[in-house]
Amino acid sequence: MAGYAPITPTDQAEMLAAIGVDSIDELFAQIPEDLRLGRPLDLPDGMSESEVYRFLAGLADTNLDAERIPSFLGAGMYDHYVPAIVEAIIGRSEFLTPYTPYQPEVSQGGLQVMFEFQTAMSELTGLPVSNAGLYEGPSAAASAAYLAMGQTGRTGLVASRGLHPHSRETLATHAVGFGATVAEVGLEGGLTSGEELEAAVTEETAAVFLQNPNFLGAVEDVAALGEAVAAKGALLVVAVDPMTLGILRPPGECGADIAYGEGQPLGNRLDFGGPSFGFFCAKEEHIRKMPGRIAGETTDADGRRGFVLTLQTREQHIRREKATSNICTAQALNALAGMVHLAWLGKRGFVELGELLARRTAHARRLIGGLEGFEPLADAPVVREFAIRSERPLDEVLRLPGDEAGPGPLLPVYPLGRDYPEYEDAFLVAITESRSVEDVEWLAHMLEHGQAGWDEHIHDHDEAGNPVANGAVR
Amino acid sequence: MAEASYPEDLKYHPEHDWARIEGDEAVLGVTWYAQDSLGEVVFFEGPEVGSEVTKDQPYAEVESVKAVSDVVAPVSGEVIAVNEALADAPESINADPYQSGWLVRIRLSDPSEVDGLMDAAAYAASLE
Amino acid sequence: MSDATTIAETPQQADRAITIYEKSVPGRRAAQLPPLGEGVEETPIDQLIPAHLLREEPAELPEVSEPEIVRHYNRLSRRNFDLDTGFYPLGSCTMKYNPRLNERVAALPGHARLHPATAPAEAQGALEVMYLLQESLAEITGLPTVSLQPSAGSQGELAGLLLTRAYHADRGRNPGKVLTPDTAHGTNPASVTMAGYEVVKVATDEQGGVDVDDLRSKIDEDVACLMLTNPNTLGVFDRNIAEIASLVHETGALLYYDGANLNAIMGQARPGDMGFDIVHVNLHKSFSQPHGGGGPGAGPIAVSERVEPFIPRPQVVRVEDERGERFELDHDRPKSIGRLRGFQGNFGVFVRSLAYVLSLGGDGLAEASRLAVLNANYLKARLAEGRAGRYLPVAFDRHCMHEFVLSGAPMKKELGIKTLDLAKRLLDFGYHPPTVYFPLLVDEALMIEPVETEARSELDGFADAIERILEEAESDPEIARNAPYTTPVRRLDEVGATRRPVIRQPR
Repeated sequence: MAGYAPITPTDQAEMLAAIGVDSIDELFAQIPEDLRLGRPLDLPDGMSESEVYRFLAGLADTNLDAERIPSFLGAGMYDHYVPAIVEAIIGRSEFLTPYTPYQPEVSQGGLQVMFEFQTAMSELTGLPVSNAGLYEGPSAAASAAYLAMGQTGRTGLVASRGLHPHSRETLATHAVGFGATVAEVGLEGGLTSGEELEAAVTEETAAVFLQNPNFLGAVEDVAALGEAVAAKGALLVVAVDPMTLGILRPPGECGADIAYGEGQPLGNRLDFGGPSFGFFCAKEEHIRKMPGRIAGETTDADGRRGFVLTLQTREQHIRREKATSNICTAQALNALAGMVHLAWLGKRGFVELGELLARRTAHARRLIGGLEGFEPLADAPVVREFAIRSERPLDEVLRLPGDEAGPGPLLPVYPLGRDYPEYEDAFLVAITESRSVEDVEWLAHMLEHGQAGWDEHIHDHDEAGNPVANGAVR
Repeated sequence: MAEASYPEDLKYHPEHDWARIEGDEAVLGVTWYAQDSLGEVVFFEGPEVGSEVTKDQPYAEVESVKAVSDVVAPVSGEVIAVNEALADAPESINADPYQSGWLVRIRLSDPSEVDGLMDAAAYAASLE
Repeated sequence: MSDATTIAETPQQADRAITIYEKSVPGRRAAQLPPLGEGVEETPIDQLIPAHLLREEPAELPEVSEPEIVRHYNRLSRRNFDLDTGFYPLGSCTMKYNPRLNERVAALPGHARLHPATAPAEAQGALEVMYLLQESLAEITGLPTVSLQPSAGSQGELAGLLLTRAYHADRGRNPGKVLTPDTAHGTNPASVTMAGYEVVKVATDEQGGVDVDDLRSKIDEDVACLMLTNPNTLGVFDRNIAEIASLVHETGALLYYDGANLNAIMGQARPGDMGFDIVHVNLHKSFSQPHGGGGPGAGPIAVSERVEPFIPRPQVVRVEDERGERFELDHDRPKSIGRLRGFQGNFGVFVRSLAYVLSLGGDGLAEASRLAVLNANYLKARLAEGRAGRYLPVAFDRHCMHEFVLSGAPMKKELGIKTLDLAKRLLDFGYHPPTVYFPLLVDEALMIEPVETEARSELDGFADAIERILEEAESDPEIARNAPYTTPVRRLDEVGATRRPVIRQPR
């Protein structure tokens, strides 16, 4: 029968009798006749499981995913290797199918995961208080703004142009509802301008937003920039890429009041942008204004250790219009995936991964930046992503050769022009542990051809298609 | 405090708040009924010393695990002290709402407001 | 069979909670990373990045091997009750079966390993998934345009309110109030405040619907919007909806539909036809997205023509020209409210929901709602009998839709056990309790939504368990008051957890 429903016609008849009606239609009589749809839904008929699979697999086949081409796309979401145990664990019914833990006695698994996750994110960011996760990165920025406005009673927000464009746009959209104004601070040499920042922060500023590494991949001196923020009594909010926290100084040690970020690199697939999770950590003094769920340790009636949702009076189901946020369903399963990945990397592995990223990225930037017609956008230190300028327009350089079927795809790097018109000749290259040196050399090779023009002969190729002899790839 | 009690020497406000008048000052708190309805108190944060409270207006919140309640000022005045001990022991509001569970001390700005408050008998009767 | 109350400790309870940090042993690890790569120098990090920008001490992450990780999280999982394992009649949560086909299609590399910034020409399959889901939701809700961007229902609500603000501003108006019924879900007033509006409550009448007289007295030109769900949180269809819609529209305000209860009316009635301007849909409710212990979900919004200009960007659109048909991300939306989040939204949830819609088809979705309403009325009828009928009367004595509300007030008065105690004792019987103490309007409320994917035997078993618990309470109310007994932990000290919060492993 349709819809995975077990009720048979015999069941129906008996149930209707028990209710005391002759048909299900009678139960719908409470809907006025003129509001009844009165016709079938104009949707295709239901398909069998194998047909649905075939159809969606067919659509999947038309996507140029990271398994078919090495992806150097970043911009907050990265093609890291997610270990197999993540899907094994999050695929378990007991994690996949329960609701939010409102009955803690039967939700100890989920609540303990939250507690472990909160601990991990607190460790990564160097801030004592963490919630159990938010939706994703940019909307966590809006949550930070809401908290800061509540704590300071001020309505001004200041954001570096180095903040992810989606975060800046999300802040602007939410600001309309919050009654906040957003001012932007520009970049100089690919880093937030300290002078502009100092001028922009006033006694009316609730929060200042920095991102580290910033959207161009550069490492910012958050502690130094933060001094101007603290001086005016505003909150310092820092967006961070969790994978860089193995080697970068954590925001909690740089004076941040709040650290948030996009959690996707931890344990989550790309999934064309979601679902992933956001993380949100803060200083102790903000604990009662935190958005989202928080799990806390306690004991049961017999003295056993257990976990419960705590500080619930912040939340919408109790505080209603005065809640610290409106969040109900968040992204618990994705946070679990993140926790498992972090446990798998472990204390040493997480640092080693950060070091690997930094070294490979330095190598990649040197290689690609050294190609004819290319140069790094700035020389600020980077960890896992960098911006490269091209002499030739990007729509020509990045277009791979096509065939009779049509033009080839664009190389999977992130052109900056739409978000940063001042950098329309530049693109971002992102590195993960899954982007091998061979992948990087392939990218360099493709870029070389793109710069010269694919019709130009710049070097010979071997049978595998790799450049040989006087090939420019070093 | 297990049994309902409404001390005779206090004045009461219909929103379940009490005032102990001491000359031109008053100590304020919530009644037995208020703490019983709320359940076990987990958190109280008072207003700033030096701020004003206004009769019939909320000036703080008391939180239990499952609910939040406004605390309403029975009379107006300037806050001259806040019960700091409640930060570590909010449960005093349940155990001893009229003594160690006091919330704030104010300097009255309009002593005539006291006349509008209920006495213990009238307040207890209003709860029936 | 042994009596739950005489067992001091079950084997499950003896399994003490130990965190993964407490299992760590210095030097243990799981991950082996790939080598750096040929030609990549092992440069000291402080030569790449200035030392003062670097971390000095590593984060205290776990140090465990892979088998230990798997065992740890497997053990933890078994301390959870879940939908695959048992009946989960949480009102307004629509805990329906999560088809495993959906997991399989979401995991296809073409969907799962696709970066969101992939050029649209190389992501046509993904954009088509989104487009097809948009079209399906438009047909189901009766409103022409759908944005899939909001991450969950409450983000959909916020979006709807920001759309409302933009709509009015575009007409040179700035009304400051939003009306919500006193029975509204907490996310409604929370979202109202975040959108910069003042909440004004509207009363409920004895039928469980909006008190139209009260609405009439409160609706004026300073009202931007009325937020409703229909059927409402009492499980009852508001018969006055046409009149309500007229009243709202006459004053120039918009009508917002909280789609949490959509499972009652798919294929039977459509919010767009009832006069709603903006509808949010919870894909993790009616559309079978697994709840994940608290997400992920998605809260797409469907809007009327006059609200369409303001929807978030980008929007997935279908273009047809000399090159043929293709799908694009339309950023060129000058009146758009902008973005609520990054990229395109929870795409993995869209794939699953589309698989569900394709599997059921139009007729299947309509049938799902019919059976959900049947199941709810049947369970309500069963619970009107015996002790349940006596101690847990229904809040509104009419046919319900997909859920119904009982009041535990007589049970509390006559038996001395509260709705909370009943809920905790149900855990011992292997059921997840219904929603408790919501809606606020009903004393000692129990909100029950059985969903269409539950067999009749489950409903009967649940009714029987309630009967047994009430019978137990007649002779010994202490049993329920001290329940549960057989769960991994017993009742927990929430007061202590909130007074002195411990929310991370101490260093």
